[in-house]
Amino acid sequence: MTFINYASREINCKIVYYGPGLGGKTTNLNYIYQKIHPANKGRMVSLATDTERTLFFDFLPLELGLINGFKIRFHLYTVPGQIFYDASRKLILKGVDGVVFVADSQAERFDANIESLSNLHEHLHEHGYDFATIPYVLQFNKRDLPNISPFEDLKKELWKKNEPIFEAIASRGVGVFDSLKDVTRQMLNGLRKR
Amino acid sequence: METGDLVIYPGEFAEIRVILAQLATEARAKLVFLVDRNGQPIASHGDNGSVDTTSLSSLAAGNVAATEGLAKLLGEREFSVLFHEGERDNIHFSIVAHRAILVVIFDHSTPVGLVRLRVRKASVQFEDVFQRIAARFQKELQPTGVISDYPFPEITDDDIDRLFSE
Repeated sequence: MTFINYASREINCKIVYYGPGLGGKTTNLNYIYQKIHPANKGRMVSLATDTERTLFFDFLPLELGLINGFKIRFHLYTVPGQIFYDASRKLILKGVDGVVFVADSQAERFDANIESLSNLHEHLHEHGYDFATIPYVLQFNKRDLPNISPFEDLKKELWKKNEPIFEAIASRGVGVFDSLKDVTRQMLNGLRKR
Repeated sequence: METGDLVIYPGEFAEIRVILAQLATEARAKLVFLVDRNGQPIASHGDNGSVDTTSLSSLAAGNVAATEGLAKLLGEREFSVLFHEGERDNIHFSIVAHRAILVVIFDHSTPVGLVRLRVRKASVQFEDVFQRIAARFQKELQPTGVISDYPFPEITDDDIDRLFSE
């Protein structure tokens, strides 16, 4: 749900990073937080457990600049990836404008990716979204690890609607901004067409 | 744009700010603000110098959403009011017009009963404003579901690159 304020000339969008537990959603946000100029970002809020697993969400507000005289503000959220936090995951998707699905490329997480993607479909549907039209990118993370599934195998199972795929190493920032930029482009263009 | 989107024009924004200012005075609050249910701050009034209202908005929405989840598990439609008491300050959340959260921060010199009373009055006023916003939004939607004066007629890749290069 986008919020356009003509009084303060602002447009506010919500982007959610979704995916299986320990796949690198929070790492994506951490990298963005480190790289964005301090003037353009707010405080990053992490509601995490003692062992730094996301409990409810991570939240990063960004104020990027102007397009056509409107200030563009993004709220980036991650969901908790662990299976038993399903109710929290669903809450965070409410009002979403764009989704980045962060898949874990490691072979042993192959099924966890499929399960998480099906969970995303289910929750979007419950919130009344059509997966076919929502701004969406697919990120294959951890491409630097030795035990990863081949690109084509991941694509075969996870690529659903001709969405762009980005190979990423989120800990080093590879693919992080490419994913964010693409979902932003889809979101701002898509708003008009919806 | 979806009909669930929120578009506010200057006149409506001014009305919201007037209601917030009146509430802040009447409830003797330090800070009052209105947040969209998804965590986007809409407007605020009061001393927010030391408060990060963006983070507060996101957490308020998360808090209300989690409480709503609890309500559903218990078979309630919603718990429309939330109140947290601190050593110095208190915080009062209420849902207004089904789509926004009204947050009031006040200290112990103000009784919570007064805040509740004034919040009820402000909620009725907000209800009226949001009903008009929704009605206007419906009217502006063209038959194709597209808003005619959407501020971004065409976004290029250069626009996006510029956004991230600043």
